[in-house]
Amino acid sequence: MADAIERAAVEAIRRAVIYLPPDVKMALIKAYEREENDVARAQLKSILDNIELAEKMARPMCQDTGMITFYVDVGYDFPGARYVRDSLVNSARVATQSVPLRPNSVHPFKNVNTGDNTGRYSPQIHWELVPGDSLKFTVVPRGGGSEYPTALHMVPPGRGLDVLREVVLESVLRAGAMPCPPTIVGVGVGGSVETAVFIAKKAAALRKVGTLNEDPELAVLERELTEAINELGIGVMGLGGKTTVLAVHIDYAHRHPATYPVAVVFQCWAARRATAIVEPGGDFQILQ
Amino acid sequence: MAAYNFRTPLREEDVRTLRVGDIIYLSGIIVTARDAAHRRIVEYLRAGKPLPVDLKGGAIYHCGPVVVRRGDAWKVLSAGPTTSTRLELYEPEVIEKTGLRLIVGKGGMGPKTAEACSKYGAIYAVYTGGAAVLAAQAVREVVGVEWLDLGIPEALWILEVENFGPLVVTIDTAGRNYIEEVVKKAEEKLKSLKASLSRQ
Repeated sequence: MADAIERAAVEAIRRAVIYLPPDVKMALIKAYEREENDVARAQLKSILDNIELAEKMARPMCQDTGMITFYVDVGYDFPGARYVRDSLVNSARVATQSVPLRPNSVHPFKNVNTGDNTGRYSPQIHWELVPGDSLKFTVVPRGGGSEYPTALHMVPPGRGLDVLREVVLESVLRAGAMPCPPTIVGVGVGGSVETAVFIAKKAAALRKVGTLNEDPELAVLERELTEAINELGIGVMGLGGKTTVLAVHIDYAHRHPATYPVAVVFQCWAARRATAIVEPGGDFQILQ
Repeated sequence: MAAYNFRTPLREEDVRTLRVGDIIYLSGIIVTARDAAHRRIVEYLRAGKPLPVDLKGGAIYHCGPVVVRRGDAWKVLSAGPTTSTRLELYEPEVIEKTGLRLIVGKGGMGPKTAEACSKYGAIYAVYTGGAAVLAAQAVREVVGVEWLDLGIPEALWILEVENFGPLVVTIDTAGRNYIEEVVKKAEEKLKSLKASLSRQ
């Protein structure tokens, strides 16, 4: 079982870094068709050509194969639960060689790269226990450029909703061209600080582009924010035009009466993810 | 806007003719350098120690590639640009002291780099962020690698490239900084949007 989980994870990493999920690809194609600014169009063309070439040559689409993060749902009755952690960590090590990945795990005090994408809290693993007897995990290799402009604001609760739009727009402005626009912006509202960032990141990296927020009011807010951000004209790679974001995804958590955290997380256009489902017998499938 | 083919070593008078929006295709040698490499370059320059690679008339690429080793040779698989903003700390001094003529990255650079570009005759150009397999197609050969102790992404990869581009000039020697101009415009736009947002 340990072996099956590891193989599933290596394959999920490989697929994630080489093949962009269809929903993201579709959003980029639409952006290209819509874009009127010549410089931005040329950039989008390069992005689309690159996606195709990565698939054809089976190479990582971006040289920054990111920090490996696993979002894991373990079934209560999954028989291999005890092997999951070690197998996921091993998979990062194996994939670094076999895909290959760029080694991106650096000791923050010694500045030493471990060379195999493992280390303290690396790869990152987020756990959920869920009903059922299978194991499901999504791997997200997120680049440093996406991570760098992350913003967390503790806004006065009395003004929370009033300033939410402003806070998001200002964060996008401050991020400028850094997170490789067009991005998917994840907004986490409420909760404690780590929850705000966590749900923002999941909204940006896990939710499919083109899906509607299940809360109709938030769906409207997402559309308004998408339009407002695109009006700023930062554009593809900060070179202007009408495509700064592909989507805005919002999630929320109940907050303390005295706090109102707003986390803004950026996901570059290379919004890579792949999901593995491992059955109790060890058979697995990978979905994107 | 015009398109140019350039080969290293680059001449000051050539890069001084370039303007923001111009497109370059680069052939010759380009050296990758990110944060740790820049930090060490500056340390060496201040200590008067020779750099392992001559950057006079040269090109630096803000990039940490995916590479594989096949026998004695390295091969570059993916090599898109990294965010240049972080290198603002070091680049002005590197431009001043090495005779560097071209910086390639993504995301734009700040006023100090722009100032050094116009003073010493260098330009900053961007390649599409994330278009790493496409970029790697332009790499003919890994000529060498230095400072591997910094780790693969941070090492100096000395690459021979052929028609690497399109590179869009966004900082020229005439004092223009195109990405900064776009962001400034966005700032103005945000001010007017805010007025309408607060009415909602």
